[in-house]
Amino acid sequence: MRTRARRLGGVLLLGLRVHFKMLSRSPFDLWVVVASPLIFATLAHFLFADDRGQKMLVAALASGVMGIWSSTTASGAGALQMQRRLGVLELLVASPMPFWSVLLPISVAISAIGIYSLAVGLVYVRLFFGIAITIHSWAAFAVAVPATIGAIGSLGFLFASALVRFRSASMVGNLFEWPVWMLCGLLIPVSVLPGWLQPVSWVFAPTWGMAALRNATLGTGHPWADIGMCAALAAVYLVAGALSLRLFLDAARARATLSLAS
Amino acid sequence: MRNLRLLTIGGYISYRAMFGWLNPYLYSLTVLLPSLTQLAFFVYLGRASHVANDSYYVAGNALLAAATPSLFGMAQTIAGERYSQTLALLVVSPANRTAVFLGRALPATANGILTSIWTFAIAAVLFQIAVPTRALLPLALAIVATSFSCVGLGLFNASLGLRWRETGVLGNLFLYLLLMFAGVNVPLDRLPSWLSTLSQGIPVTHGAKAARELVAGASFGHVVWLIAAEALVGAIYAAVGIVALRLFELEARRGATLEVA
Repeated sequence: MRTRARRLGGVLLLGLRVHFKMLSRSPFDLWVVVASPLIFATLAHFLFADDRGQKMLVAALASGVMGIWSSTTASGAGALQMQRRLGVLELLVASPMPFWSVLLPISVAISAIGIYSLAVGLVYVRLFFGIAITIHSWAAFAVAVPATIGAIGSLGFLFASALVRFRSASMVGNLFEWPVWMLCGLLIPVSVLPGWLQPVSWVFAPTWGMAALRNATLGTGHPWADIGMCAALAAVYLVAGALSLRLFLDAARARATLSLAS
Repeated sequence: MRNLRLLTIGGYISYRAMFGWLNPYLYSLTVLLPSLTQLAFFVYLGRASHVANDSYYVAGNALLAAATPSLFGMAQTIAGERYSQTLALLVVSPANRTAVFLGRALPATANGILTSIWTFAIAAVLFQIAVPTRALLPLALAIVATSFSCVGLGLFNASLGLRWRETGVLGNLFLYLLLMFAGVNVPLDRLPSWLSTLSQGIPVTHGAKAARELVAGASFGHVVWLIAAEALVGAIYAAVGIVALRLFELEARRGATLEVA
């Protein structure tokens, strides 16, 4: 039992490391995570020109989270399709390790390169707009970053699992980019949205990740509670993703349609 | 006659083939819905920043909606050929290049027009933007001109695909530049003056301004020059795109670097 857990841990860590390194060398994936903070921090600079300081610092964090989410929708949803295109999907499914342990590190690595996004956002507003980077609680901030990435990566895992049968999964994944940017209180305060839309944001990890980063930075609210929500949502996404993956894989094996997709 | 056939039937078939995955269901999910969610994002961002009213963001972003299918659709005309390993065959074919690529631009323009009209119509209902009846026809003209100019930029983007494999990155770059500097989401008077001047030379700026003025009640005569300016910008980008395609193709043939990009 302990050996199996160790092997599983090894597969997860190795997968995360390999895919993080691979993605860090992909011009498209790097562009996705670097462009978001540059674009949206610049937009915030022009739009919130009368209200600088803390608002721009929060905008830099928000644009970083937008980059993490962008990477997840652009590549995460199509992660399985990529394995199919590379011709290794059947081999991975047939391998002795459970398939979720192969897919999960890919999804988390896709979100993890969003760390570049956060870094670029903060450095950009510091260098170009002279915004002072002051973090109220470094401990909460240091935990909030991996918690946000892990939770968003788990959501990417759920997407990839749910869209396994779609040949155009990555295209469908893009559908979620703008709505989540809008709903999750990143650049747009949730209070601006219609009342009926606000509860929808609660089921998305970026809402809590952003809240954790903002509260840890400004010293407002309860960042540790937000981090707890990230962890809880990540657990829900993982269970739902693993179940969905098992369902689709069983069906694909029964019908011998794994390499085919609708 | 051969060129006309290439322009129309050839363009239609090629454009469809570039999107082998596309069906009406996926078209709605990947083109029509995102254009609306993108617009809604900026309407709420506008409300949060108190920079302009809903009408400003709806009119501008509805016209900008034409940019996505235009930029990525045109980029696919090169990237898709490379992906299906037919780019070399296209380059050695005796077909008239201008007819081939303008033929592929026509469905992209139609797609842009359709997306823009759809976005405008639904957003006007959702955000309760009243469009005067007499503005409908001029508005349609502004949409056509803007779609054409976006396809002009798309042609230029396609030509860069002969030099650089990552056409998706280029398409995104152009799209983001339009989002920021076409006066659609940030009023031009909030930009530095040099940037505001540069904005006059990019697609969507004049078309979006015409649309905003038409929604505000301006007459066709008042905006006709804006629509003409938008079409002119499109024609310039299309001409530059065609020339660049030819140049990059010749260079790739000379250096045998067509597949190296």
